[in-house]
Amino acid sequence: MSDLPTSARAVVIGAGIVGNSISYHLSELGWRDLVLLDKGPFPNPGGSTGHASNFIFPVDHSKEMTALTLDSMRQYQDLDVFTESGGIEVARTEERMQELHRRMSSAHAWGIDRVSMVTPAEIKGMVPFIDETILLGGFSSPGVGVVDSLRAGTIMRERAVAAGALTISANTEVLGIDGERGRVRRVRTTRGDIETEVVVVACGVWSPAIAHMAGALIPLTPAVHQMIDIGPVPRFASSTRHIEYPIVRDMDTFMYERQDGIGLEIGSYAHRPILHDPEEIPSIEQAALSPTELPFTQADFDKQMEDALELMPEIVGDESVGVKYAINGLLSLTPDGMPLLGETHEVRGLWSCAAVWVKEGPGIAKAVAEWMTHGESEIDLHSSDIARFWDHQKTRAHVRARTSEGFNKTYGIIHPSEQWASNRDVRLPPFHARQKQLDAVFFEAAGWERPHWYESNAPLLEEYADRINPREAEWDARWWSPIINAEHLAMRDRAGMVDLSAFTIFDVAGPGALEAVQGVAMRQMDVPVGRVVYTPVLTPGGGFKADLTIMRLDDELFRVVTGGAHGPADRKWFADRLPKEGTAQIADLTSAWTTLGLWGPRARDILSSVTRDDVSHEGFRFGSCRTIEIDTLRVLASRISYVGDLGWELYVPIEQGQKLWDVIAEAGRPHGIAPVGIGVYGTTGRLEKCYRAYGFELESEYNVCEAGMAGPKVKEEDFVGKQAHLRHRDEEPATIMCTLTVDDHTSASGVKRYMLGREPIQTRDGQPLTDSRGRRSYVTSAGAGPSVGKHLLMAYLPPEQAQVGTELAVEYLNERYPVTVAVAGSTPIFDPENERIRS
Amino acid sequence: MNILVCAKRVPMTGGTIVLTEDEQAIQTRHLGFTISPHEECGVEEAVRLIEANGGESVVLALGPSEAEEQLRDAMALGIDRAILLETADEFDGQATAAAIVAAIEAERASGVEFDLIFFGNESADSGNYQVGIRVAHALGRPCVTGVKGITVQDGRARCEQETASGRDVYDVPLPAVVTVKEGLNLPRYPSVPGRLRAKRKPLATSAPSGRAAGVEKLRLRLPPGQGKQAEILGHGPEAAPAVVEVLRRAGLVA
Repeated sequence: MSDLPTSARAVVIGAGIVGNSISYHLSELGWRDLVLLDKGPFPNPGGSTGHASNFIFPVDHSKEMTALTLDSMRQYQDLDVFTESGGIEVARTEERMQELHRRMSSAHAWGIDRVSMVTPAEIKGMVPFIDETILLGGFSSPGVGVVDSLRAGTIMRERAVAAGALTISANTEVLGIDGERGRVRRVRTTRGDIETEVVVVACGVWSPAIAHMAGALIPLTPAVHQMIDIGPVPRFASSTRHIEYPIVRDMDTFMYERQDGIGLEIGSYAHRPILHDPEEIPSIEQAALSPTELPFTQADFDKQMEDALELMPEIVGDESVGVKYAINGLLSLTPDGMPLLGETHEVRGLWSCAAVWVKEGPGIAKAVAEWMTHGESEIDLHSSDIARFWDHQKTRAHVRARTSEGFNKTYGIIHPSEQWASNRDVRLPPFHARQKQLDAVFFEAAGWERPHWYESNAPLLEEYADRINPREAEWDARWWSPIINAEHLAMRDRAGMVDLSAFTIFDVAGPGALEAVQGVAMRQMDVPVGRVVYTPVLTPGGGFKADLTIMRLDDELFRVVTGGAHGPADRKWFADRLPKEGTAQIADLTSAWTTLGLWGPRARDILSSVTRDDVSHEGFRFGSCRTIEIDTLRVLASRISYVGDLGWELYVPIEQGQKLWDVIAEAGRPHGIAPVGIGVYGTTGRLEKCYRAYGFELESEYNVCEAGMAGPKVKEEDFVGKQAHLRHRDEEPATIMCTLTVDDHTSASGVKRYMLGREPIQTRDGQPLTDSRGRRSYVTSAGAGPSVGKHLLMAYLPPEQAQVGTELAVEYLNERYPVTVAVAGSTPIFDPENERIRS
Repeated sequence: MNILVCAKRVPMTGGTIVLTEDEQAIQTRHLGFTISPHEECGVEEAVRLIEANGGESVVLALGPSEAEEQLRDAMALGIDRAILLETADEFDGQATAAAIVAAIEAERASGVEFDLIFFGNESADSGNYQVGIRVAHALGRPCVTGVKGITVQDGRARCEQETASGRDVYDVPLPAVVTVKEGLNLPRYPSVPGRLRAKRKPLATSAPSGRAAGVEKLRLRLPPGQGKQAEILGHGPEAAPAVVEVLRRAGLVA
């Protein structure tokens, strides 16, 4: 055992699959003087890796998670610790059968073609000890396998040590993490102190407690996953390999069964949520088994035993087969089910690599190591970025509420628009009381309650009865209302008012403010005061980090407005790149300003009736902003639009929001104004205009040219990603953002179906489309286009297919529907000349 | 024949035992519960004897309501029914024995006579070595302690104790009380059907009558030097001399 060095380039805390793997990947990327600590012994320090079930099903509805899992599988294979067993997700209900068809489509969207739907008889053929008579079918994934995660960690750790990059220290407990001026300075341990500016918290269920030492928050909770091992199974007695039969996920009971040598492991996500606190996990010495293998609570598992007995009576019902091992295993759960990756908001240099399971561990470790090295990773990690959480979402109560609600969703059927029920009504816009009076249906965005549509608009359904396309299938219509389409049409015909309170708003101010925004924004920011600039923000590699608007309010004052969900990450991106001399500062004004959108052909009539300021087309040009007086309020009005109609975003101090709402609603009444929800703003309005959205069309894996957003010229000044962007402009784009229309919605059963997004785009005969960089074509966004009378899909297509009129197909729930390319590039499908917004 | 097994709910401790702040109990927040290995053998023996001879096996525990968990565990292994003498109080050996005797007499009153009553040789937590003997004395039955082998034939039990030099064998008439030790048999694991059956097996709960004044607990103290200690002797071939030295000190090599 080497002595601990007194200083290190980086200290990795936690030697589970994540800590070992990230140490290795950092060393591969050239990092030296690394230290890896764990309070437990090697190779199994007692964390969740040590009792993990270690199987990997590659298909997930999340593109990000699937990419990370596939990369992990490749790494495990390279380390020779992967055994392919195959796996089957079985269905006992019709609802689950539909979900398995949806998984087929997700597999195809993310490039996994070795999958198929199988009949009960075929399942029986692969898993002879199953009672197939209770099943309706299954989703077979032959690439599923089992890994030796402890061995993988050991190999990676040893490679980093052999490379001379890493010092390891087992049985070394962290006593404290010291910071200075918001940065990590040192890690104090039972074996001495280490000076360092970079710490990676890879402590699994202990991560919140370790981060807390530095003053940072990692919002996860240790939660119980019950599993038992039964054996010896007579049928497995002659097994020559550890696993010879496919792993079965009994999806409807939230359970899995897998062979493990001569035993059968049965695991469950069906029991009540059992949460623990990181500080309360027993020490290695106190624990009867290991700190994360807690005493089994039988009563919570009784129902699961019955379910397992029903599915596999030959083995589970065998009186000679005993329950040999049963634990309440601890694993990490987060409020939204995704990992917690990246530098913490609170402390510079303190990186979180937590809430990571074995199946995605090495892939995540590699991606985070890239992020730490290059400022971005090959796989876009925005859904896992720890910066996605607002402060209130890091509280213990929120984490416990959401993880309690989410635990049973682990194997659940989750609708893409599904809303959380717990801990709502946290961020209420000043319009909330009015919205409740209007029977708004609220969706949550970054903790804000936002109307998705207003039930009070139901009378509009009659007015637009022939144009609103009600959805026949329950799944398509879940978390949706035809009122959205009616609101859309009312806005296009007259005017709509939209609550935009969830915007993240921050000011960049000071003598260095121009330099600060110029260095981050792709577009020219040295514009006259009073201009609004919509700009991409690029990663160093020229992919999308964000897209947002910046208002120049004064020579040394810029106001950045971006989405609620990615706001904290965007704010951090700007904050991390402020001039070193301290000549510019950021102030978050999200909770100081509220925003009301007013759009539609009557918007000017309405606004001019309550202001004496000049809001004529000539007097208030598109792309400009200025303070005007509306009734008794001074309002910052910004003439831009994300829905493609004439109008303004109106900003007022938050406590004056209700007054603004009332004034606009009253002035709009004679013009037939309707309150309009985010269903229009976020989907129907923007899709008709082919406006892209971050996290959907815009990700770091795609560049500005591919997205059709390059613009005629590149500014002189330097900005993040400029070199890469110049390179991209010289290349033929490998893929092109297109808008497609669905030609026929009729399914095999005769029901009209409406795609919801993330489905694969294929040729008419079902061949996948893959671009020259290996990226599959899939639907980035889907939704109605009520004004154009079509269901619209956005997708990146290879150049050969990215031609108007190309006939293709979309696979939805494992059935193909004909689609046609309507737009290649960014020309809007509705009002292509943009006459409305420029009138 | 009818067999009663008495078992006690005890914490399943790890390497380090932690006491509660008032030093009156073991800190059990992170611990699971079980019965002692001796009692597990008692359960197994009862199940085997009833399987072989017919009759009924009953398991009894005195303790908190949570002791139902241990009674269900025993029933999962094949015991037919359970009796819980439920009390939140801690009973000393004398009081426990009195409560069990009362329960046995109640069973007799309802027509059930136990031919064999098994106890663990001692409980895993307090280790008083008393209850079985006290019960036998109160019932006026023969009692054999520390038993590691038992055969029942023609109304008699042949009980074997292990000694330093071999085995002592006692031949006693039934009904009798036997306290058993780990090693008596190899207890089975519960099957899943056994677990599920156990949920539905009868469990009778009653409150034991008041405890007699007997042993009074002042406080618990941890013995010095508890817990495992590991010393790393070195890595790779360089560690060999240190290992040899350890083996030499232990007298395993010359």
